[in-house]
Amino acid sequence: MADAGYGLAFGLYPYAKVAAQDQPPQRHAVVIVGGGPVGLAAALDLGRKGTPVLLLDDHEGVGEGSRAICFAKRTLEITDRLGAGQAMRDKGVVWNVGKVFHGTDKVFEFNLLPEAGHKNPAFINLQQPYFEKFLVDAIRAAQEDGAPIEIRGANAVTGLTDRGDHVVLDIETPDGAYRVEADWLVACDGARSPIRKMLGLTFDGRVFEDNFLIADVRMTADFPTERWFWFEPPFKHSGQSALLHKQPDNIWRMDFQLGWDIDRKAELDPARIRARVDAMLGEAAEYELVWTSIYTFQCRRMKEFRHGRILFAGDSAHQVSPFGARGANSGIQDADNLAWKLDLVIRGLAPEALLDTYSQERVHGADENILNSTRATDFLTPKTEISRIFRNAVLALAKDHAFARPMVNSGRLSVPCIYDGMPLNGPEALDGPRATRVGAPCVDAPLDRGFLLDRLAGQFTILAINAAAPDLSEVDGISVGQLALATDRHDPTGTLRDRYLGANDRAIYLIRPDQHVAARWADCDAAALRAALNTATGKGR
Amino acid sequence: MDLNLTPNLPDPDGFYDELLAAHEGLDKAESDALNARLILILSNHIGDRAVLRQALKAARDSLQR
Repeated sequence: MADAGYGLAFGLYPYAKVAAQDQPPQRHAVVIVGGGPVGLAAALDLGRKGTPVLLLDDHEGVGEGSRAICFAKRTLEITDRLGAGQAMRDKGVVWNVGKVFHGTDKVFEFNLLPEAGHKNPAFINLQQPYFEKFLVDAIRAAQEDGAPIEIRGANAVTGLTDRGDHVVLDIETPDGAYRVEADWLVACDGARSPIRKMLGLTFDGRVFEDNFLIADVRMTADFPTERWFWFEPPFKHSGQSALLHKQPDNIWRMDFQLGWDIDRKAELDPARIRARVDAMLGEAAEYELVWTSIYTFQCRRMKEFRHGRILFAGDSAHQVSPFGARGANSGIQDADNLAWKLDLVIRGLAPEALLDTYSQERVHGADENILNSTRATDFLTPKTEISRIFRNAVLALAKDHAFARPMVNSGRLSVPCIYDGMPLNGPEALDGPRATRVGAPCVDAPLDRGFLLDRLAGQFTILAINAAAPDLSEVDGISVGQLALATDRHDPTGTLRDRYLGANDRAIYLIRPDQHVAARWADCDAAALRAALNTATGKGR
Repeated sequence: MDLNLTPNLPDPDGFYDELLAAHEGLDKAESDALNARLILILSNHIGDRAVLRQALKAARDSLQR
């Protein structure tokens, strides 16, 4: 039987017996295990491209509790491409101001001051169950449009056999066991990934000996929509750090860093949690405890994210501390990176080696996230006396002196990963803006109608600005879109020029399906574009 | 720029006096806190990572003699 495990916030894919359970194992092009944010995004992306995908989840819907709450601009851009962005923005809480306290003193205040000219805000706060629900809603909409996506709830994977050119999965359901075969298996089964364990693969890195208590409370009190972070909070028994952050539905998220040697069961006693929350909010505050949990974290990753026909994505492949909102946000970038590559390989349009670049590029992203979140953790939890002395010196100086404020590290918020120096990168033949260099995800820009990223809809695209791009609509079966823009007509704010031309009067960009820049030139011919597209699809130079 | 390890302070005795005076009346913990603040303030003023790296190395090397 599938283990009940946790309560559901939304029952979205109730168990329903399928005929395949009584038949010999059926072969699927792609099986995704795990219906969290990453598995859902990967299924949606593949299905929208027309590649059949079966998603298995051991539950029948979305687990409760806020969990991941900060979704970054890049994630919103990706969900926009997948048709789920509007729902996220409509429900999410946009915030810009953060306040940092040390004890009772306010150290400083920051404003994310989002750069103008983007469709999406820098961040939204949204409980993870909503994020997942909106992805499932988008999957249902895609299914109605014919996308070949199937979700089977209460289907728990209990065994795995790697047959080299395919994988056989043992599955438990309320009606007993059956098997499926997968040409490709994508393991999005979370930090404790059963699939990783079944394969006996290691997961190396640092375990931080700390426990965090999360409390979601509902209150109507008029706290501002700001991120409040305390080092050494002044309220009693609140641990080494604390965070207060607003979510939709009048829910406030609190995180208390409790230390290592704690009695988990005692700490989860509602009376004890209420005492902590009272201390943070003041005795007079009226609130309702909605969900509580204790978590620990690791900063570590698998050595490789591809193991033959099995690909790991999200927390199953890498884990970071929660400071910086780099967990779910990096997992969505994994899905974004993987889906188009897997789609091309399955269609026979790209070599399997393209999937090795999924591992290379996302290992690069994971290392960046692990570095940032390890540094934040070291600042938050000084491990030695001298590191505490320096940490407190930074906090004290930051009150009076601007220079120390950039050193205050309560988490460096997730920014998009740039694939510098990666093997899929083509020519950098434009002395253009750094932000849109080869390897970077395209930076959004307002056009005369709508936004640039909405025009880069999941296929290779030649973006020609003030230039005549060579006439090319496909390369060896891979279709290529054309987007020709002229700054005098399509760029009323000058933002496109600033972000894509710099001092140049024209440019041609080759954009990957995941909106990363594959190559760029001042001028290029069809042969150069073909060569860059071959490079970007793992066919070498 | 390279780290300057040749005499560069006018009135070295006077500066040494001022440095100790800053610590006067402080206990060990307060002195440690002051030193940490001083290091951060001076590091920011120098603002050159290569020079700071050389300074960290020179300080560390002098411990190992």
